[in-house]
Amino acid sequence: MPLLGDYLIVSGFLFAIGLAGVLLRRNLLIIFMGLELMLNAANLSLVAFARHGVTAFGAPDYNAQVLVFFIITVAAAEVAVGLAIIVALYRLRQTTHVEDLNRMKF
Amino acid sequence: MLIIQFWVLSVLMLGSAVCVVVFRNAVNSAMSLVLSFLALSGLYVTLDAFFIGIIQVLVYAGAVMVLFLFIIMLLDLKVEARRTLNLAAVFGGLAVLAGFVFLIGQIVLSFPASGESFPALARTGYSDVSEVGVALFGNFNLPFQVIGVLLLVSTIGVVILSRRSLR
Repeated sequence: MPLLGDYLIVSGFLFAIGLAGVLLRRNLLIIFMGLELMLNAANLSLVAFARHGVTAFGAPDYNAQVLVFFIITVAAAEVAVGLAIIVALYRLRQTTHVEDLNRMKF
Repeated sequence: MLIIQFWVLSVLMLGSAVCVVVFRNAVNSAMSLVLSFLALSGLYVTLDAFFIGIIQVLVYAGAVMVLFLFIIMLLDLKVEARRTLNLAAVFGGLAVLAGFVFLIGQIVLSFPASGESFPALARTGYSDVSEVGVALFGNFNLPFQVIGVLLLVSTIGVVILSRRSLR
């Protein structure tokens, strides 16, 4: 049986890879994909904790799974709005490269 | 048996997540992201969270990634041209990452419950969908309706954002 710590380590690595995508890539779409990876890392650790903290009846903690359901819903809404913003930006400037979008840079 | 599933799925998920960051072509990144999400749904199944696994496949690997691929095709992005790298920024990013990974390792190792295996369930074959549904419509009824309003607002927002002129 894998331990709880194994799942937490894997979830932390997934979060770190997503953070690497956000920090190191310059394409807005890839940055967005990195954000999705980070959200999924949080979901994975939540589900692992739900399975670890069984209730008095010996069932997994379904409250945590409901929270994961809410996170997935919010992430879907966020993707729709974010991609619409990227499309509007592309119409205006013909680029999705963050270094070409420095109008507000001090 | 479960431990083999766990390691195969984790390596697949982390490897394709690395591919998302490394590939230069956005379509390749999106396809590896789909693979990563599918492996993650397998990990949910090893944790007895069948409903979340199915939702992961339907919503993430299905709807969200179709949206991503649609936008990538719509914008017709070429393979990124190589630009001069800002070396200070790259090293700064890598240093932040190394510190972050070190911190995660420290926290997980010092967490007392992380060495425990998962307790056995009282019986196998819980009906995930009905349990989550009862919790969703009972305990979490108000947040559920608020989420519905959020989806409505985001739909209207997308329609307004994607009009021809933003006036």
